[in-house]
Amino acid sequence: MSGESSMSEQPVEAAGTDEVVLRLSGVVKTFPGVRALDGVELEVRAGEVHCLLGQNGAGKSTLIKVLAGVHRPDEGDVQWLGEQVAFSGPQAAMKAGIATIYQELDLVDYLSVAENIYLGHEPRSLGFVHKGQAARQSRELLGRLGHGEIPPHRLVKSLPAAGKQIVSMARALSHSAKLIIMDEPSAVLAHDEVGNLFRIIRELTAQGIAVVYISHRLEEIREIGDRVTVLKDGRTSAVNLPARTTPTRDLVSRMTGRSIEYVFPPRPDTEPGEKLLEVRGLGRSGEFTGVDLDVCSGEIVGIAGLVGSGRSELLETVFGARQAEAGTVVMDGRGLPPGNVAAAVRAGLGMAPEERKSQALLLGQPIYRNMTLTNFSSYATAGFTDTGKEQAEAMRVADQLELRPRDVRRAVRTLSGGNQQKVVVGRWLLGGTRLLLLDEPTRGVDVGARAELYQVIRDLAASGVGVLLVSSEVPEVLGLSDRVLVMREGRVVRTAPATELSEEDVLDLVMAGSLTAATTEEVAA
Amino acid sequence: MSVSSEQKVEQAVPGHAPHAAPAAGGTSWWKDEAQEPLRRNLGLVGVLLALFAIGAYIRPDLYSDADWVINNIMVILTQAAAIGVITVGMTFVIIGGGIDLSVGALIALSGVWATTLATQSFGPVGMIFTAVAVGIGAGLVNGALVAYGKLVPFIATLAMLVAARGLAAQISGKQTQISTDQIINGIATTRIGGIPLLVIILLVVAGLGWVLLNRTTFGRRTVAIGGNAEAARLAGINVRGHTMLLYALSGLCCGIAAIMLTSLATSSQAAAAELYELDAIAAAIIGGTLLSGGRGTIVGSLFGVIVFSAITNLFAIANLPTEVQNMVKGAIIVVAVLLQQVRFSSVTQFARRHGLTRAKPQT
Repeated sequence: MSGESSMSEQPVEAAGTDEVVLRLSGVVKTFPGVRALDGVELEVRAGEVHCLLGQNGAGKSTLIKVLAGVHRPDEGDVQWLGEQVAFSGPQAAMKAGIATIYQELDLVDYLSVAENIYLGHEPRSLGFVHKGQAARQSRELLGRLGHGEIPPHRLVKSLPAAGKQIVSMARALSHSAKLIIMDEPSAVLAHDEVGNLFRIIRELTAQGIAVVYISHRLEEIREIGDRVTVLKDGRTSAVNLPARTTPTRDLVSRMTGRSIEYVFPPRPDTEPGEKLLEVRGLGRSGEFTGVDLDVCSGEIVGIAGLVGSGRSELLETVFGARQAEAGTVVMDGRGLPPGNVAAAVRAGLGMAPEERKSQALLLGQPIYRNMTLTNFSSYATAGFTDTGKEQAEAMRVADQLELRPRDVRRAVRTLSGGNQQKVVVGRWLLGGTRLLLLDEPTRGVDVGARAELYQVIRDLAASGVGVLLVSSEVPEVLGLSDRVLVMREGRVVRTAPATELSEEDVLDLVMAGSLTAATTEEVAA
Repeated sequence: MSVSSEQKVEQAVPGHAPHAAPAAGGTSWWKDEAQEPLRRNLGLVGVLLALFAIGAYIRPDLYSDADWVINNIMVILTQAAAIGVITVGMTFVIIGGGIDLSVGALIALSGVWATTLATQSFGPVGMIFTAVAVGIGAGLVNGALVAYGKLVPFIATLAMLVAARGLAAQISGKQTQISTDQIINGIATTRIGGIPLLVIILLVVAGLGWVLLNRTTFGRRTVAIGGNAEAARLAGINVRGHTMLLYALSGLCCGIAAIMLTSLATSSQAAAAELYELDAIAAAIIGGTLLSGGRGTIVGSLFGVIVFSAITNLFAIANLPTEVQNMVKGAIIVVAVLLQQVRFSSVTQFARRHGLTRAKPQT
């Protein structure tokens, strides 16, 4: 990599000391059906920025929760400040000096900045909170973070995302944290705010505080990180790589080639049929711009991209669940009105949204009612529902999808994740949908049921349905799709047949994009 | 579908929801979640029987007279009639994920509007039409505020409560308006086959409500929207339009109840039907309607109304003060909701909820 030369003014060993604050060895955490962590090693030194890298499902989130005291490891050692510890809960970890800043910041919107910082450990005597003292100390903490201009009495709700992040960090400091874990802190920030975040991180580490930094953006890891630990399939695949000098290819290759082999159904030899969906210049400000895409009958088109790349928003906009601000969506040669789900459904579109439980299912209702949610009116006579016919039709689809259990009168709540997803897909099957939009179809679905879902999706395509699929798992997009669109920061950066792309190519495109671009420029210069 | 046998084995052992009883064959009806309404209604029948037993213990002289008992049952049902009608509408609104605080005020407004001298000049049909139209119109305003104005239902209907009482006072000039129409006044005194016409109206409204909720696409949409509005929207259901209709339905019930109350009192006033909204909500809740929406039954609500009416009746017979009566009603609401929670959160569900508070799915 020629790009390193520009960064080599900073000596690699400058940040961080030799004092190890946290050491994990052989940490295992299992959930029913999943071995989320399977022998994780991690060593964090005081005053360093230690980056955690890994694909979705590699176990990063679980590892964070183990460190934060949310989960207790089943096996393995956690050594904190030289002592073996087992935190009884998040409060215990916080007390010990480990603070976690989650992606969804856990602040109370309608409390002030100072109240949020000292939530749960307010300075008080005889049960009365010293508001003045809390405000004074908050101002001091915010000042330490270089943001003394945030008034402690301001409501957190009125702060921008970057400001909320600062408040979260001030809260961590108020607990005199010695280790701060940041889960994709840059995901909620605009580009120029990231520089500010890095400045704060440097000040924290200069005070001897260790930072565990999780990000998908390689260029950030290059800029702020000292050492990198890579996770794959819940295992540590590389420890303590130098963050600035390890070549991108090396990092990517240690994240890819997952040992869990997904069984993808074979692609058919037949050519895709006539064009169903035509999207031109679709855009929503701050989400995605200028997206063109086509889906033909019988074709599976996959969209790869990071969280925040605009892929889910794109899918929802095509479906009309979000109102398009620019561009057109044409189905069967006829334009769809923007922001009108009912019209999209009538035109033959269907969507299985990302959050199955909150966006798609009536959990307490029977399977058949969930399946006929879009088309129960079509079985009705003069407004009177025909539950017998609905059950029979749902039964037919349940057979087709090999739903378990097969009793369609059972509440959807009692089904496993994979079978719940089948109910959602089955709903659109019953509705005669010809273009199915799938957002993270295998989230929360265990490995065995995934293969079945893949087969279901492929069978649907074989029957002439067009499928547009979004997934954060690159192997899934590549294995299942005929054609792949790669999205980064709201734009489609590559469209190619799935067979022409490798996992490394796609990861390179979604993660290292700006770094590659910068490198190319420098090479050109 | 080609799925390997290991995967099938994996799936055949689902490690989830051990609390759910199998729906078919050998189901214990007291455990199956789908039978919850039946259990609740049996419980409410039990409460009614208990009230009867208490009455018989306090006043054996009255309760040994079969004619008096039958007549007393009719008194209880007649007292329940108007509130029962609005509770049917309220049940729809709550199942649909909303709440309607304006029902009492809408009864007053409909009643006052239907008994102005001008309206009375159109005769009974004109009066009934006016009451129903005013109720539906005000309900549509509620619905528009909630569905299109994006107001929280509590606030939208609270505003309607205040405004409708004000308008009713304005129209009536704060006077009690006497109804001189003999047909309207006769509704309360008419009996058909020994059953008061008011009770028949209640049973007809409840019967229509039951059919509407359980047998029509309207009812299905109501349950879907209240259960998961986002899922309903993404399934292509017109959530806003349907929400409008739900509040209009509640308004329609208020119009009907206004005529019934006018007939009972042979008059209308702006202060009529005060706090009826609370009685209707309480009845729906002890009848098993979830305040968060998506679940509830007409029969349960009907029993809820009758239980309240029977308590009032029993206290009158026993000559006990209304203060105690209200305390008992309050206690019944709490007990009913507590029972509901105990049933819903079996131990496994409780554990799961607490295990899940922080453990979001991996991303």
